[in-house]
Amino acid sequence: MSDSAQIAGDERVKKEPFMTKLMKRPELGAMAGVVLVVIFFAITADDSMFTLAGIMNFMTPAAQLGILAIGAALLMIGGEFDLSIGSMVAFAGLFFGVCVVTWQLPLIVAIPMTFVFAALVGAVNGNIVIRSGLPSFIVTLAFLFILRGLSLVGLKAATGGSTQLRGVRDVVENDWLAPFFSGEAFGSLFAWLAANGMIDTFKSGAPKVPGVPVEILWFIVLALVATYVLLRTPAGNWIFAAGGDSTAASNSGVPVNRIKVSLFMLTACCAALVAIITVIDAGSTDARRGFQKEFEAIIAAVIGGCLLTGGYGSAIGAFFGSIIFGMVVIGLTYTDFDQDWFQVFLGGMLLIAVLFNNAIRKRVTGER
Amino acid sequence: MTEDTKFHHGDTVTDLAPIVEMKNIEKHFGNIIALAGVSFDVKPGECHCLLGDNGAGKSTFIKTMSGVHKPTKGEIFFEGKPLHFDTPRDAMEAGIATVFQDLAMIPLMSVTRNFFMGREPTKGKGLLKRFDVDHANDVCMEEMRKMGINLRGPDQAVGTLSGGERQTVAIARAVYFGAKILILDEPTSALGVRQTSNVLATIDKVRNHGIGVVFISHNVRHALAVGDRFTVLNRGKTLGTATRGEITPEQLQDLMAGGQEMAQLEGSLGGTV
Repeated sequence: MSDSAQIAGDERVKKEPFMTKLMKRPELGAMAGVVLVVIFFAITADDSMFTLAGIMNFMTPAAQLGILAIGAALLMIGGEFDLSIGSMVAFAGLFFGVCVVTWQLPLIVAIPMTFVFAALVGAVNGNIVIRSGLPSFIVTLAFLFILRGLSLVGLKAATGGSTQLRGVRDVVENDWLAPFFSGEAFGSLFAWLAANGMIDTFKSGAPKVPGVPVEILWFIVLALVATYVLLRTPAGNWIFAAGGDSTAASNSGVPVNRIKVSLFMLTACCAALVAIITVIDAGSTDARRGFQKEFEAIIAAVIGGCLLTGGYGSAIGAFFGSIIFGMVVIGLTYTDFDQDWFQVFLGGMLLIAVLFNNAIRKRVTGER
Repeated sequence: MTEDTKFHHGDTVTDLAPIVEMKNIEKHFGNIIALAGVSFDVKPGECHCLLGDNGAGKSTFIKTMSGVHKPTKGEIFFEGKPLHFDTPRDAMEAGIATVFQDLAMIPLMSVTRNFFMGREPTKGKGLLKRFDVDHANDVCMEEMRKMGINLRGPDQAVGTLSGGERQTVAIARAVYFGAKILILDEPTSALGVRQTSNVLATIDKVRNHGIGVVFISHNVRHALAVGDRFTVLNRGKTLGTATRGEITPEQLQDLMAGGQEMAQLEGSLGGTV
């Protein structure tokens, strides 16, 4: 949130060392984390991890988590939590599945409907939090169970007893909108690169990496848009203000309630986007979709520098936080370590990140 | 002509019409009579101090003035016309700015972001409409410099400012956004000596811009340092208004406390409280 334009000519101000300036950025921790994790895997993991195919391999789960984490980060900066995003992925997945399979709607109708539906659920969440004045932690914890349960019940009703709704692939395969939400982009570019020997190919001559998975593009675009909104629009300032001190913000004319409800709607829509991408990708939807993603998204946001108390953080931080996450999950399979070290690693990262953020906050606010 | 002092320069023009005039304001909360007929007015370029002990009705009165409460009885005239405010926003738009004790500042945000919170300048149109950060930074630095505070940079977090500097940011913000009346609710109550002196100097500057300042305090010496007129509230009533140079600290103090106990306290402390 610092704005670099310095006013020239105050002789009492010492030039700030570059490092000190860097220390003030909320995303610093996550960037340092990425460097550390890369060094760790460069030493311990198989060389294939950092080939193009390996990178796509860990960026895909990172992107799926990251889309949620950016939504969660904005909401956390705005001073609220949403523990129901994981369940929301399953619920939105169910709705989307029913739209395309049961109702046979084309994607151009089904996708907007899914987003509107998710936004409505987000608005319900947000309005309950705002109107009751209860902590969002409790309200969304309730929705974590409500939505997960509804997904199960709904799936059984839609399929006649099964907890999995199949057949999505068949109905969307030829839809013109499908390439925006599934598969790989820039296929022809990668084919061209392969033909010219610039990237690895199989023996048949087809590139080992057929393109960039679309979720990675969504992830990058979302991170850029969220950063722009936070740092360069009035709405961004309102998000920081609403999270920093909602009374002070509303006394200054910031529409705090509207901002918070919109953020709840946004996180729900992020969950819907992940649902649509993964459901088309898998060709089916099930009740365990998005299980525990709420915690992973919040962890990624915290590693990215968001304070649990709100008012501070960054979308770019959540972006790097998610990449760390993806690298660790996938990276361990390239090493000789037991896969289950993953959880230990994750908890450790979270703890370090929180300690680090706390120290940074004290520095920024001059608290002693 | 009163003598120039450290925190008081020049005389006010006494025959100007008041910006806000409040007549016989009464405010009841159920069966509690918080204000029982208070009259008060503020002229451009003067600092009118509202003094009173705890529970005298100062807070209720300024909340009535800034649109938070509606008076039960009484009239409010704004620039000569009768007016009533429905919300604090109405009062703000009319030009009555209130700096409450909590200052409406967010410590984690930069000075610029706080300064323009809720009223961000924008450039561009449609989807490209964006927060004009450079302009905001320039304005913020300039306005703060006018108030005598040199910031390290516009991105300095408000949390790193001292209490007095924060108070000044809040005042500068109100002035920049076109306040005609600036209500300061006990701006010096939690400050140290040096910071108090900064705030008093700021009030003096604001007054010289032609803005009417309402300075609420229960500290007689702070009030006397900057004030042009002094109104004392006691138990929801006005005990009278005095002008600068007509009243001594002892007299003011007696008025505030209603006399008797004060004499004893003063005796034991050996001077003004």
